[in-house]
Amino acid sequence: MMKPERPVGIIGYGAYIPRFRIAAREIARIWDGAGGTPVDSKSVPGPDEDTITMSIEAARNALARARITPDRLSAVWVGSESPPYSVKPSGTLVAEALGATPWVSAADWEFACKAGSEALTAAMGMVGSGMAQYVLAIGADTAQGRPGDALEYTAAAGAAALLVGPAAEAVAVIEGTTSYVTDTPDFFRRADTTYPVHGHRFTGEPAYFNTLRSAAERLLHDLGAQPSDFTYAVFHQPNTRFPQTVARQLGFTPQQIAPGLLSPRIGNAYSAAALLGLCAILDVAKPGDRIFVATYGSGAGSDAYALRVTEALPERRERAPLTAAYLARETFVDYAVYAKWRGKLVME
Amino acid sequence: MDLAKHWRLRHARYRLEGQRNRLTGEVRFPPAPPRPGEAEDVWEPYVLSGRGRVYSFSVVRQPPEGFEDQPPYLVALVRLDEGPMVTAQLTDCDLDQAAIDMPVEMVTRRLRDLGPTGLIVYGYKFRPIVQR
Repeated sequence: MMKPERPVGIIGYGAYIPRFRIAAREIARIWDGAGGTPVDSKSVPGPDEDTITMSIEAARNALARARITPDRLSAVWVGSESPPYSVKPSGTLVAEALGATPWVSAADWEFACKAGSEALTAAMGMVGSGMAQYVLAIGADTAQGRPGDALEYTAAAGAAALLVGPAAEAVAVIEGTTSYVTDTPDFFRRADTTYPVHGHRFTGEPAYFNTLRSAAERLLHDLGAQPSDFTYAVFHQPNTRFPQTVARQLGFTPQQIAPGLLSPRIGNAYSAAALLGLCAILDVAKPGDRIFVATYGSGAGSDAYALRVTEALPERRERAPLTAAYLARETFVDYAVYAKWRGKLVME
Repeated sequence: MDLAKHWRLRHARYRLEGQRNRLTGEVRFPPAPPRPGEAEDVWEPYVLSGRGRVYSFSVVRQPPEGFEDQPPYLVALVRLDEGPMVTAQLTDCDLDQAAIDMPVEMVTRRLRDLGPTGLIVYGYKFRPIVQR
């Protein structure tokens, strides 16, 4: 287990989910028609949204909850696999929009669906060493799936921002983290191709399940904790079934994962997926509750975290829209609108 | 490509940064140089709250150059809580949802995409307020 010498925690958090949805049965209407779907619906970014705009809104919510001025941020880090530019950082633009520039570190992190938690772990180190007082770690994605591919049912959009600071100011203290990484080719996209390739069933047991379980079991062992010691748990959610299954394998109950399981309604928000689930849990958690978090990124790795909620949470969570407010504004679009907005029509 | 122009406007566009008069407290947007006779530093940078109300609006169906892929879209005059009026698109807002006096809040969105060899231009739009 890794933990900094100086205790750290989350002092503000912010969610963002676009208002648009497409129903999985609408995708099935075009491509398949039969069989079950991995989620009920997924979020769709509006035509003026991308990883940068979603990061900005999630980050503003995190700053509003923490009530610190943006010039006090030492770093603004964006984890994503869908940056709007191939070369030109997202972090600089996000930092500028927040008002954190120019005396700030800004960078983009990359690790498939766990790019955001990479930034979170690094933020723990930065604050935990005393090098920084406040660091903003963001996970955000507008994921793409090849039309008709299994991935198209789930590849969604969202952002989550976690503001890391000293434990004394935290709404949730981070007790420790583990990171488990191997070279496992379950999902990848080559440069200059539009859509990623995935290993079908290979993405399951050797990739998601083994990797996430390894990080989670090690953290539980090192903490001397049992799944029953936690009030809530959230896992990376590429669909509905994977997080339910890994929770059962680890010994967590359906009740523990229910508040953070957003994938049935919004699909897989990639770098934001598990972190949005954490935001939804922080929206309802009480002081003293412990929260277990495990992310997953293809390639492959998992970061697990244990958090303990403080007395500061109830008041601070009211300062920005709850995750439920974003979940509630559901506007469904059909496949034609979705195809136009997501750049699936060849125009020239 | 107007790189310099987009760069100069970034504070106003990304975070609705205007100016406040150090002597009178007046807030203005967009930022501008001091008027004749005013001290060089009398106007200080000031980030507006982003809250306001729709003063008037219109639906654009015949777009200007550069906005061909966007219609129909809403353009509004928004009276900001601090006083200034700004023109901006409404987003996350159905055409039949827009109304005079509707409370709105600022969001930073993509304004234009200048193509594969150009910038993505970001800036303020307004939307119906998301419940706290």
